[in-house]
Amino acid sequence: MPDILIELFSEEIPARMQTRAAEDLRKLVTDGLVEGGLTYAHARSFSTPRRLVLAIEGLTAESPTQHEDRKGPKVGAPQQALDGFLRSTGLTMEQLHVHEDKKGAFYVAHLSKPGRQAAEILSEVLEKTIRNFPWPKSMRWGSGTLRWVRPLHSIIALMVTEAGAEVVPLDIDGIKAGNTTRGHRFMAPAAFEVSSFEDYAAKLKRAFVVLDATERADAIEHETRNQAFALGLELVEDKALLAEVAGLVEWPVVLVGEIGAQFLSLPPEVLITSMREHQKFFSLKDREGRIVRFVTVANRETADNGATILKGNQKVLTARLSDAKFFWENDLRVVANVGLSGMAEGLANVTFHNKLGSQKARIDRISALAREIAPLVGASPDLAEEAARVAKADLQSAMVGEFPELQGTMGVYYAKAAGLPEAVANACKAHYQPLGPSDDVPSEPVSVAVALADKIDTLTGFWAIDEKPTGSKDPFALRRAALGVIRLVLVNGLRLNLAEVFAQGYPGVDAADLLAFFHDRLKVFLKDQGIRHDVIDACLAMPGNDDLTLLVNRAQALSDFLKTDDGENLVQGFKRANNILSQAEAKDGVEYSYGADPKFAESDEEKALFAALDMAEAQIAPAMQAEDFAAAMSAMAALRAPIDAFFTAVQINTDNQIVRRNRLNLLHRIRATTAGVADLTKLEG
Amino acid sequence: MTTAVDKPRSFQEIILRLQAYWASKGCAVLQPYDMEVGAGTFHPATTLRSLGSQPWAAAYVQPSRRPTDGRYGENPNRLQHYYQYQVLIKPSPPDLQELYLGSLDAIGIDTSLHDVRFVEDDWESPTLGAWGLGWEVWCDGMEVSQFTYFQQVGGHDCKPVSGELTYGLERLAMYVLGVDHVMEMPFNDPQSPIALSYGDIFRQTEQEYSRHNFDGATTEMLLRHFEDAEAECQRLLAFEPADPNSGKRIIMAHPAYDQCIKASHLFNLLDARGVISVTERQAYIGRVRALAKKCADAFVQTEAGGWTPDTAEGASA
Repeated sequence: MPDILIELFSEEIPARMQTRAAEDLRKLVTDGLVEGGLTYAHARSFSTPRRLVLAIEGLTAESPTQHEDRKGPKVGAPQQALDGFLRSTGLTMEQLHVHEDKKGAFYVAHLSKPGRQAAEILSEVLEKTIRNFPWPKSMRWGSGTLRWVRPLHSIIALMVTEAGAEVVPLDIDGIKAGNTTRGHRFMAPAAFEVSSFEDYAAKLKRAFVVLDATERADAIEHETRNQAFALGLELVEDKALLAEVAGLVEWPVVLVGEIGAQFLSLPPEVLITSMREHQKFFSLKDREGRIVRFVTVANRETADNGATILKGNQKVLTARLSDAKFFWENDLRVVANVGLSGMAEGLANVTFHNKLGSQKARIDRISALAREIAPLVGASPDLAEEAARVAKADLQSAMVGEFPELQGTMGVYYAKAAGLPEAVANACKAHYQPLGPSDDVPSEPVSVAVALADKIDTLTGFWAIDEKPTGSKDPFALRRAALGVIRLVLVNGLRLNLAEVFAQGYPGVDAADLLAFFHDRLKVFLKDQGIRHDVIDACLAMPGNDDLTLLVNRAQALSDFLKTDDGENLVQGFKRANNILSQAEAKDGVEYSYGADPKFAESDEEKALFAALDMAEAQIAPAMQAEDFAAAMSAMAALRAPIDAFFTAVQINTDNQIVRRNRLNLLHRIRATTAGVADLTKLEG
Repeated sequence: MTTAVDKPRSFQEIILRLQAYWASKGCAVLQPYDMEVGAGTFHPATTLRSLGSQPWAAAYVQPSRRPTDGRYGENPNRLQHYYQYQVLIKPSPPDLQELYLGSLDAIGIDTSLHDVRFVEDDWESPTLGAWGLGWEVWCDGMEVSQFTYFQQVGGHDCKPVSGELTYGLERLAMYVLGVDHVMEMPFNDPQSPIALSYGDIFRQTEQEYSRHNFDGATTEMLLRHFEDAEAECQRLLAFEPADPNSGKRIIMAHPAYDQCIKASHLFNLLDARGVISVTERQAYIGRVRALAKKCADAFVQTEAGGWTPDTAEGASA
């Protein structure tokens, strides 16, 4: 069983593409081998800034011989057909066999394709993989036509058996597969030969290359934490940055440097963002949460233990933070002079969308809407309006101009500097939330009011100009905005009639259509929470379906109810009643909605059903009034046994028309009683 | 890698060492293009010569102008007039990264003490209709060069591919010389009888041009000149290739491209004067790009652009 080692050695691969590329290499090659008739025991892939590596263990040495019986023309068919068959199979008349089935005798060719050597198959698969590699962006270089993410320099393609290692023959546009590679670009640039994956990994490590990205990331994290601990500090976690940095180095060396004292007054978010975005530095914080040190990860060891590298990085950081400090002080000066609302003035010149006007116009609308929504969410209308007026002012700040990801965060600082109430300041950041399905949902009433107004203005605006999401296209992130509204309402248990709120949004919005979009998003959202779409449909059919809290409470109760034995059987009983009734109504052309009269009840089961319905109705109505859906469902559950017994004992369609009509009217009572809870006809199964 | 050499002592010494280094690697050391350009890439030695099949290797300093970057000589590293060092080799040699690292060594960056990294940075010039893949090169966290494999210029696929290196000279030199403010950087040897700093030479001009770019330049005239340059570029390219005077086939690709460069710089000035709105911006960039594409179309019809009578026949067949 041979083992395989593949290395594709190139100029520096963008960090963000490495992990995916290693995975693609593994999948494409192993899929190709399996398709070629081989099997393998185990395959792992790796990436560094300069290499993609694949190690396969236990590959079969050759593919099996394949047999095929190919059916040919009938015996006695025209010579032309027979000649064609012989040509296509490459056989002679004597080599054909004659088989027989019920239609008669026909020729059959017994074909067999000999198995192929693994090396031959691997060579083909590799060539195809390299030529068609799914890089997000690829390029040509020199005079060649081959495409790779950056120039590809060498290939190791090694097949290792007990007899030793052999190079798999492969030549792609002049790059011949071999058994040599190089170590670290600076620390061990010489070429060396390898004889197996183990040999390769060990020699690489001696040549200052850690092959496994996870191992590099772990080493960086571990070393950073150690150095931070020694200084009494703590690492600010950043998994995305860690993964990126691990993709920028083959030999990580962690260096901790000081941040100039003149920058320690900057908000921690500014320091963290500036250092991460521009320099790919980690941040270390002290007990008070102040950012006091940076961590840079160098790609090499040096004779001066990184002193020169650290000094250079520090100098660049000082220049960057000087910019940040300038922005911060400048913004604070603006706030001191004209206030946060003054800072927002410039938004009149910023277009939000050419059909929806400027950011200023948008803020005016959001302010008005936040004022309307405020009483519904327990917020002061004045504060909500004030918050909406300044919530986006920081978009005009120099800091957010430089670091757009600090929008909202800077707003909080500047609002506090302007002496605005805490609730207003918090809304500057919180009104953007929730940003995704896992982001926190604001709970402070003022923030909730502005967050709702912001999202509903966006949704009603784009609805009014007919820019709705279609298929996979949602350029204005309207699905996310709708989910944001849904979560704001549900998490805070808000009681809003959304249709009415929509009507106060952007003029000309089709509120019913937007509500239907919300219902679709709600179905997706609740499906993730384990509530079936037909359960939601059954509840959507009820009045007040724009009150999402009510709607979800009802759906949750119904969903729980359906999971019980009574629930499931009741639905069956209901459906039976409904079907019989609907058929009879269709046939007779009347609606059986007169009150059924117990005096026409003949059997005990029929009488019992009357009694049970009386009892259920008496319980369901007040429970629905109190929105106690669980109580209503349990009252409904009590109907299950009487309905089952009724159908077992009673024949609806009797010759006595009075009794028949009375029974149909009784079925109508079942429909009417349950209809107060949910539209059970929408349930599937 | 070669061992570390002595540290250079002045801005001009860094330039001279780059010139000597790239000359030793076989590049034709050209002189700056005699027009106002926004970057070294605009020099026809890069833009036009990266097109077509003819081999090419050139290195040069290019004074570059970015009118909006004027800071009256006060910002430590922002200038409206600065220098780029540009290398273009076609086809890109397989050891271009090593050649580049050798140039860092040549200007006194000891790669055994520094952390040099190739960090993804794809290059695109909307005005030239050009793009390529490559990196920004970091030295101890500072961007010291731009390294690009040209894939397309003026809308044409680059075949073969050129390798382009761009060094921001002031920033690189400040780093090597350990200077914090560009105006304090020694331009010639500080031991010279008349030692000149960068500021001695450029502080006043930075002030003058900052005022000019932001307030002085007449926008109506600039707009008119933009229209003129655009029209002239198109007019020059509309000529028949056969020149009645010389009886030769002469396509005026370079003179037309000069007009494209002019239009580009006029647009930058108009931008600095703040008279171009966000929506107009895209339209102006599109107009310059259209000129660049036409010039590229014309250049590949010339001999320097790979045209031969044979290819012409092949094309018409």
